[in-house]
Amino acid sequence: MTKEKEKYLIDGEKGKWEVVIGLEVHAQISSNSKLFSGSSTKFGAEPNTQVSLVDSAFPGMLPVINEFCVQQAIKTGLGLNAKINSYSVFDRKNYFYADLPQGYQISQYKNPIVGEGKITLDLPNGTKTIGIERLHLEQDAGKSIHDLDPSNTYVDLNRSGVALMEIVSKPDLSSPDEVNAYIKKLRSIMRYLGTCDGNMQEGSLRADVNVSVRKEGNKELGTRCEIKNVNSIKFMQMAIIYEAQRQVELLEAGKSIDQETRLFDTKKNETRSMRSKEDAHDYRYFPDPDLLPLNLNKELIENIKKNLPELPDQKKERFIKDYSLTVYEANVLVSEKEISDYFEEVVKTSDIKLSKNWIMGDLFASLNEKNISISQSLVTAKKMAQLVDAISSGIVSGRTAKEVFEIMIESGEEPNKIIESKGLQQKSDPKELEKIIEKILSDNKDKVEQYKSGKDKLFGFFVGQVMKISSGKANPQLVNQILKDKLKK
Amino acid sequence: MSIDKDKIKHVSKLARISVDEKKIDDLTKDLSSIFKFIEQLNELNTDKVKPLSSILNEPLRSRKDEINDGKIRDKILENSPKKNEEFFVVPKVIE
Repeated sequence: MTKEKEKYLIDGEKGKWEVVIGLEVHAQISSNSKLFSGSSTKFGAEPNTQVSLVDSAFPGMLPVINEFCVQQAIKTGLGLNAKINSYSVFDRKNYFYADLPQGYQISQYKNPIVGEGKITLDLPNGTKTIGIERLHLEQDAGKSIHDLDPSNTYVDLNRSGVALMEIVSKPDLSSPDEVNAYIKKLRSIMRYLGTCDGNMQEGSLRADVNVSVRKEGNKELGTRCEIKNVNSIKFMQMAIIYEAQRQVELLEAGKSIDQETRLFDTKKNETRSMRSKEDAHDYRYFPDPDLLPLNLNKELIENIKKNLPELPDQKKERFIKDYSLTVYEANVLVSEKEISDYFEEVVKTSDIKLSKNWIMGDLFASLNEKNISISQSLVTAKKMAQLVDAISSGIVSGRTAKEVFEIMIESGEEPNKIIESKGLQQKSDPKELEKIIEKILSDNKDKVEQYKSGKDKLFGFFVGQVMKISSGKANPQLVNQILKDKLKK
Repeated sequence: MSIDKDKIKHVSKLARISVDEKKIDDLTKDLSSIFKFIEQLNELNTDKVKPLSSILNEPLRSRKDEINDGKIRDKILENSPKKNEEFFVVPKVIE
């Protein structure tokens, strides 16, 4: 396939259009307390119980920065191969909203803590590098609840002041699939680093999606619209498809695109203008007088760099080298830290090829079916290793192992115990098998004659008979070997 | 920067400060002269001067990542004009 053919294009009435996408991802920093106060960040607490006088913006309260959140931002920046800025400034972004008690969000504008970096995406047709524009620290807002009262909105400030990293990509993404790969890779890197749990259901990872379109081959960027606060990959993709189509239709009808903020309505599957945000881009940023500039010393950055864990790309290279995996297999196994840890624990003691096939085959199928993560599976790495060992040492056949596995995923029982209690061990005693085989051969003398006179296909019949008599427990390799010997004579 | 009536209206809207229509002319005059005064600073060449965010020459103070605040819901909600047991209650805001 040529590159041209793989391009994601929209077929308009008057030609083909490219989509240009940039993402502003808001990632909640994993920390115990908030960015500028000592309240807890724990998800799911009673409303307004994790709110200090700072978070609720009582007069005269002063923000004091959480040093761990700063380190988490540096760590993430290093994980994105980005430049860490030794000097950064906190600014006030001014706007009024009921869930923003300060009347401004403390953010970073001209001088963010992290500058340009990059992420490498593994796409079906190769890799693509997506530029990172910047990463900055900012406060999250509170939560407005609209459905508890017909005429009022309720405000919960538990989230107010929680530390976020806003990670801004360059407009390098050009299809919904690339957006999917980008979010997954970014999430994976942050989870490896332990800087953000990436839990999209709990809102730890959300994105503003910037979409514009241009005629195929055109170098100039079109006017973009920003779709606010989309909280799942699926919705991001749906919003992009809708929005790009909308823009193409407008432009082909000779109209122009208004640069505006839009909202994605998940029920109607459409984007629409947010009129309340008309003045939204007039934020009147200025340096927060309550906070001094943030100066980072080189030792701190170097120290964090030295202690970075192995990241997905490095792990992928190592897996390919150490375990002779294909690029595809390595990508799958490193996509989540939990999966790669599981794999490594199994292959520490057990056969690599069998382990990888079982993990990527039966185990993944069971996770999908139950819609659970690998760490929630009752089949722990230790139990999986035991099952793989039972196969490679000939205690059970691959087919029986599947039977054992079915029991394991439901009960979490140890495979050795299941094999023992159900008497599933393979018959691997040559003398015992020889007896069975000799009986079959003498009971079927006619077929033996036919086989010897050239009807090779009958070999399968003899194997089948052995399996039938042994209730499928005869060791297949051994049966083959003995049968071959006996039939030669 | 010139200050005209529209600018005054725009800024007052952003700042949620209601301005009496009768006072707009005076405000425009006052603010224009204030800006004119400040803009004298633009005559200085600052090409080689780094922007200064703070005049204090000391590092930003930080804290450890410890939970030592919160759990004061009653206090937090006490001054709210409208509330219930758990929430601040505000006029309906919906997109």
